[in-house]
Amino acid sequence: MVTQPPALHAQNVVAELKKAGVTHVVWLPDSESNFMYAAMQQEQALTLVPVCREGEAMAVAAGLIMGGTKPVVLIQNTGFLESGDSIRGICIDLKIPVVLMIGYRGFEKEKPMTDTAGIFLEPALKMYGIPYSVVEEDRDLHRISAAVRETQQPPHTVAILVAREYATP
Amino acid sequence: MIEGIAALRVLSQERTDEIVITHMSTGADWSHVTSNAELDMHLSGAMGKASSFGLGVALAQPNVKVWVLDGDGSLLMNLGSLVTIASAGAKNLVHIIYENDSYDTTGGQAIPGVGLFDFVAIAKGCGYPNAFVFEHVEDLQNRIKEVLTLPGPTLLVLKVPSGPSRGPAGLPKTAESFARLHQLLAKRSGQAT
Repeated sequence: MVTQPPALHAQNVVAELKKAGVTHVVWLPDSESNFMYAAMQQEQALTLVPVCREGEAMAVAAGLIMGGTKPVVLIQNTGFLESGDSIRGICIDLKIPVVLMIGYRGFEKEKPMTDTAGIFLEPALKMYGIPYSVVEEDRDLHRISAAVRETQQPPHTVAILVAREYATP
Repeated sequence: MIEGIAALRVLSQERTDEIVITHMSTGADWSHVTSNAELDMHLSGAMGKASSFGLGVALAQPNVKVWVLDGDGSLLMNLGSLVTIASAGAKNLVHIIYENDSYDTTGGQAIPGVGLFDFVAIAKGCGYPNAFVFEHVEDLQNRIKEVLTLPGPTLLVLKVPSGPSRGPAGLPKTAESFARLHQLLAKRSGQAT
């Protein structure tokens, strides 16, 4: 009998977002989060706001929050690294209470990472002072709700790193 | 050319309860003509992102009209936002551009592509249903009521002269305005903050 590795299921991620009261997902599809697309589209409680470049996402999310909704940003680590000035000028300077869900391209659990997109992600988050946790499988999903709560007191940005190794639709 | 303040005065006279997001050099000019500073916010960080921020407000509050006062150099930094905004179909968003062909806040250096591109054509090509350019204040006065009633997103390009750097001195800090407007919009919607 072959043992299946622990998995991250799209329906369970979406259920956790819903449980956390998330209303909008401001996103740009990537290889780590694409497994969630159909599930997010089908969930009526979530509105997807696609952007053309990741740096837009923090500003759109900030406007959504000012308007009274509860978005998350869903992007890849490459896009996070591209978004530096939006993270600085919006997330940090305005103390935006938003969760950045970041696809962890290059993530390796047991061996050294070789993809610079993965290598630079956690050091960059530490540089910005953005707290983060990693979600690899369904049993980690409570970290999303915890991150949403953490953004509120005091208001600040928190990251969830989505490691896709065992993700399934 | 229209003097920027003269153009913004025309807009201000038509304003009722719109949220106005200013950016770069538009903020100082708007502060001289605004009729309701409580509903204004000057986005001072992250150059180019005012249009994206305004989209978020417009989506969260579809019954509130949102005006974004942007610059040409700023919009060039975030040109993809035109597609994002059109894609989102924000009917309550009016996107107003100071086109002065220069980076005023850094001393008036020319932006790339002066005379080569056309924001109205770009916006329409990106899916904005309405896009207009105004070079004379009389034309703006004559058409502004009609333009502002169109279902957006709507782009207004104002051909204004480049001027001396006008810093945002005296404008409320962005974070303070954010908190104030967050509370005000929540109160209007009957939400707790």
